[in-house]
Amino acid sequence: MDMTNKKPLVEIKNVSISFGGVHAVDDVSVDLYPGEVVGLLGHNGAGKSTLIKILSGSYKSDGGEIYIDGEKATIKTPRDAKAYGIETIYQTLALADNVDAAANLFLGRELTTPLGTLDDVAMEAAAREVMGRLNPNFKKFKEPVSALSGGQRQSVAIARALYFNARILIMDEPTAALGPQETKMVNDLIIELKKQGIGIFLISHDIHDVFDMADRVAVMNNGKLVGTANTADITKDEALGMIIIGKVPENAIAGSGASQ
Amino acid sequence: MSEDTNIKSNNKQSGFKVAIKNFLDATEIDPRMLGMIIALLAIWLVFDFFSGGRFITPRNLWNLGVQSSSVAVMATGMVFIIVTRNIDLSIGSMLGVIGMLMGILQAEILPDLVGYGHWSIWIVTLTAGIMIGVTIGAFQGSLVAYLGVPAFIVTLGGLLVWRGAAWWTTSGRTVAPLDDNFRLMGGGINGSIGYWPSWIVGIIACVAILYSIVNARRQRKRFHFPLRPLWAETLLAFLWSGMVLGAVAVANNYYLPSRVAAKIAEEKGLTIPEEGLFISYGLPIPLLIAIGVVIVMHFIATRTRFGRYIFAFGGNPEAAELSGINTKKLTIMIFAIIGGLAAIGAAITTARLNAATNSLGILDELLVIAAAVIGGSSLSGGIGTIAGALLGALVMQSLQSGMILVGMDSPMQNIVVGIVLVFAVFIDTLYRKHAG
Repeated sequence: MDMTNKKPLVEIKNVSISFGGVHAVDDVSVDLYPGEVVGLLGHNGAGKSTLIKILSGSYKSDGGEIYIDGEKATIKTPRDAKAYGIETIYQTLALADNVDAAANLFLGRELTTPLGTLDDVAMEAAAREVMGRLNPNFKKFKEPVSALSGGQRQSVAIARALYFNARILIMDEPTAALGPQETKMVNDLIIELKKQGIGIFLISHDIHDVFDMADRVAVMNNGKLVGTANTADITKDEALGMIIIGKVPENAIAGSGASQ
Repeated sequence: MSEDTNIKSNNKQSGFKVAIKNFLDATEIDPRMLGMIIALLAIWLVFDFFSGGRFITPRNLWNLGVQSSSVAVMATGMVFIIVTRNIDLSIGSMLGVIGMLMGILQAEILPDLVGYGHWSIWIVTLTAGIMIGVTIGAFQGSLVAYLGVPAFIVTLGGLLVWRGAAWWTTSGRTVAPLDDNFRLMGGGINGSIGYWPSWIVGIIACVAILYSIVNARRQRKRFHFPLRPLWAETLLAFLWSGMVLGAVAVANNYYLPSRVAAKIAEEKGLTIPEEGLFISYGLPIPLLIAIGVVIVMHFIATRTRFGRYIFAFGGNPEAAELSGINTKKLTIMIFAIIGGLAAIGAAITTARLNAATNSLGILDELLVIAAAVIGGSSLSGGIGTIAGALLGALVMQSLQSGMILVGMDSPMQNIVVGIVLVFAVFIDTLYRKHAG
């Protein structure tokens, strides 16, 4: 994809965070364009999820800046991130198991009646509408989400991210717990969202999940950025080389975590 | 042949099960709640049998209502605490210190300022009590939320601190008598609303029940959701109204002692009819307070964002946080609420005793926790209902007064209550495994 004429949606610049002396994310810069899928790759513990949690507001970075649409953004809480149109589908899904799908869909952003009470009927109607598009087989609107299958739970988490018109979507291992059919559903969805101009960060420790879906990959290791590359310019093996030994191929842009 | 009958009886049994399931689905009655109501009725019947018919009488049921009120009020707050994976061991001691302070305020401070028996005394006292309770609760909650000290430890400390404070304020002296208007909150002869007002309250409640059922149906129609069958709606309306009117009938069938009735007749210049004068107590004020609290807390739990956040936080604290819910503020508010409810509990208890003593509310924390837990609140968080807590309080009180009625020894009473608590939670765990 040709990005030269477009303005980046997100620019993460020189972001760092450490926990008790461990540099979980160390001076990392990544950007994301509208309609682009950037795969964030690396071993478990490479710092991918931590980096993304800074963007989604659950961690506060120690240093560095984040720009949204070219403007400096202040993201201190998940609520701030959502105000910028950043929605996150967490690896753990972050669903409250004891309440139903509609309650999870609107958690923190409930619809209320003019009197200020919960408008459960309207929320259920909205949930039925969005779930009907996403997963037409979904019928369990009255049950707590603990009663749902892995795929159904995943679709609730996805619906939550999409319902509020996300412009930037973060998907942390979105297909890790899914069967082949549900994985295909998620992949089709990603293609659809790309068309709508939504920028997507796709995180995985498994390159096969990501490589075919992503326009670019950014590889992390030990909290540092190994490098970024267009998926069209490198092979899967070269990408694996970046992940495993930090070897950056010719067509990639090396970061501070590169081995040479 | 025998095989044949076996199959038949199996079919019959599963047919019965299906019928029950259809019934519960149609009425949307929570099976756990239904089970608790049945258990409560069973307890009543057993005690009635063994006490020779003295348990299910207007007098005993009326007293049961009054005696359950304080614990029921506080148990609704404990539901929020337990649902959010916390615990409050200090509620009995909070009740003690707040009761003591309210006692001093109305008996020793306010009469000097506004005059003895002034109408405003009870309002000022109760308001001050609730404010003290909310402050204590919010303080404990902020220790839990911001310092990260487990609620068990914070409130264990509170149990000692507030009990000590109750003692310290008057050096152990009992404060009495209390303000006359304040005492109405404790029930008793004046603390009931009488015959006609009770029926009026009952009828208003029935209208409210009908309205809420019709309104819920209209809402669901608006969005073309599946509706409950009409027979189920009608049945529920009758069931609920029947329970309300039944309670009113019971309270109105409990009469003032004949000497008190005679005295009232004399004051009003009435002649006493030959068959004797029967003046009904009617609904006791503490019970009305408890029901009011239950309705408000149920509303908060089910109809407000705050209530939704309490349950979501209890179900998955991380998810709540990631959704942008301010979980620290939430924790402080929950503890503030139970502090305020401890003040209402203290008002009911001291008003009933007509005194504030420093032994007030000792071991109440355990009754309150037991009521919430018997009422279906899960200590692992996320699950609990306000109505369940009310039923739990009734179960606890029914056991206690029933055992007194049948003349069981005190040590045996504690043993039974302890066993019932564990057994009830065990049954609930079984049910949950089976259902979930």
